[in-house]
Amino acid sequence: MTLDNDTSINGSKEARELLRRPPSALYRWLGDRIFAVVVVMLGVSIIALAAGMAIVLYGEGSAALRQFGFLGFVSGTTWDPAVQLVFGAFPFLFGTVVTSVAALLISFFPAIAVAIFTAEYAPRWLAAIIDNLIQLIAAVPSVVIGIWGIFVLAPWMRDNVYLPIFTWAEASHPALLPILGNPMGYGMATATIVLSLMIVPYTTALTKDAIKSVPVEQREASRALGATKWEVIRMAVLPYARGGILAGAILSLGRAIGETMAVAMLIGNKNTLPFSIFGAGATMPSVIVNEFREAVETLHLSSLMAVGFTLFVIALIVNLAAAYLTRKFSIKGGQVV
Amino acid sequence: MKTLLQRNIRDRIMESLLVLSTIVVLLPLVIILVHVVINGISALNWDFFTQELGSPSRAMQGRPTGLVHTILGTVVIDFLALFLAVPIGMGAGIMLSEFPDHKLNPTLRIMNDTLNGMPAILKGLLAFVLIVKPMGTFSGLAGAVALAFVMIPIIARTTESALMSIPWSIREAGLAIGLPRWRVVLSTVMPAARFGLVTGTLIAFARAAGEAAPLLFTSFGNNYLPNHWLGMLLGPTDTLPQRLYSLAISPYSHWHSMGWAAAIVLLVFVIICFGTARYLTRKKT
Repeated sequence: MTLDNDTSINGSKEARELLRRPPSALYRWLGDRIFAVVVVMLGVSIIALAAGMAIVLYGEGSAALRQFGFLGFVSGTTWDPAVQLVFGAFPFLFGTVVTSVAALLISFFPAIAVAIFTAEYAPRWLAAIIDNLIQLIAAVPSVVIGIWGIFVLAPWMRDNVYLPIFTWAEASHPALLPILGNPMGYGMATATIVLSLMIVPYTTALTKDAIKSVPVEQREASRALGATKWEVIRMAVLPYARGGILAGAILSLGRAIGETMAVAMLIGNKNTLPFSIFGAGATMPSVIVNEFREAVETLHLSSLMAVGFTLFVIALIVNLAAAYLTRKFSIKGGQVV
Repeated sequence: MKTLLQRNIRDRIMESLLVLSTIVVLLPLVIILVHVVINGISALNWDFFTQELGSPSRAMQGRPTGLVHTILGTVVIDFLALFLAVPIGMGAGIMLSEFPDHKLNPTLRIMNDTLNGMPAILKGLLAFVLIVKPMGTFSGLAGAVALAFVMIPIIARTTESALMSIPWSIREAGLAIGLPRWRVVLSTVMPAARFGLVTGTLIAFARAAGEAAPLLFTSFGNNYLPNHWLGMLLGPTDTLPQRLYSLAISPYSHWHSMGWAAAIVLLVFVIICFGTARYLTRKKT
């Protein structure tokens, strides 16, 4: 690493002056005190912010949680803000879990494949391009992916995938129809596909870091035993990198759980179970986006906050798991832009 | 025991599968970029940058509409958020890197990672409770606070790693010439780490600029320019991501193409930020 020490120490005008005229002990003591206090206060404000988020969400949702009980709230299947004023968050919990786990399953192997390809096969220039493009996937705002999904992906999927499958099932396996659901294009399947694209960069980034940290000797040893390139990767590299792969997958899951706009624009927004594969559904973030601005009843507002609190708890668990794994396998980096 | 031929065939198959997967992952990105440009470029005209949106009838009657109020609102809210987030984020980063023995550091690191992993929409809810409720109105200020919540953990994390990458000998040199600790940090370590600091801030800025979820119920949105110069901070304000969402789910085809155009503007902005960040990272190493 090249650091321009010259400009930062010798070249600095203040430093040269300090060398001529050292500051008084009081100035140094006072300055250091104030600096430490300010810095620690700023740091503590982040702790307060994270803790405050939990407290605020719980406090605002407490009316709903008290009325239905926490377990009753997360297991209740009726969400009726209009007539009965009964709120159960299970449909959204279910939608969130199903879409994010399915998205992770879809994206897992392609994401790892990209990491293996860029780390082991691709020439340097190609790896750099692919790397930048993968990072770009994470950088594209989720509303941009959402507008593309609304006007391009959903109609295309409806005409070329959902409708053919639906008509086939209608003709030969009518029992499948309730599982498939209404093939209008906006629904669980479309949202899951978009989600699986959006979470690829996180698995890829951590997997690639883990692969890069596998010692060269490990590869050379299995090469020397006569392994083909794939066998080297399969037997010497991937087992070594499994911690990073796992951490990346869990981080991706966390992103999928919290992904809001693209899902809200594509999932169709239906608050009642049962959900079906092609049919509309809802997730916890999507219901907050859709109803929060229009919520008038206090209990409705409080229930949406309680949904937020539930989302907080789930995101917390997933993030702590990812943090634990990253630390346990001491993976460095892993920062997606 | 498999023969060498079988093993070599397997090797080739796996290699082509890897290439295929890479293409499958990157293809949608290319398709998205192409569609955004094709659909939005026609609505990107002079009016887009100089007129306000107004009511739907304005677009249907063919009168000029645009998103000038949105672009202005985005600039105001994003920079205010940056202004709020940089001191807190950098302060926390300095605490983690320059006071490594502080007993709150493990807690701070966990809390910061937690905050970073929290869905942005929850940060919007937090800003709603903290700012919108007491103020009694949706406001650009609340939107800026929500976006600051998005930026803070990213800045803290990148600041920490940027400062950590500066060797301890630099700090020791500073202390040896008689600098107090705080001058060592502010006048030698931070200037030496400036590329890393700017990169982290750019990343946080770009990430927050693309967020719509926390803005929906903080800055809310507005079809018009404010009629008062503080209107952007104290009243409902438009921002690009949130306006893009509203345009996309609206029933007017003219608004749809304006939504695509907004997507181009947003994409170009985000790509410039990330491109600069990548360039600076490369320059640093």
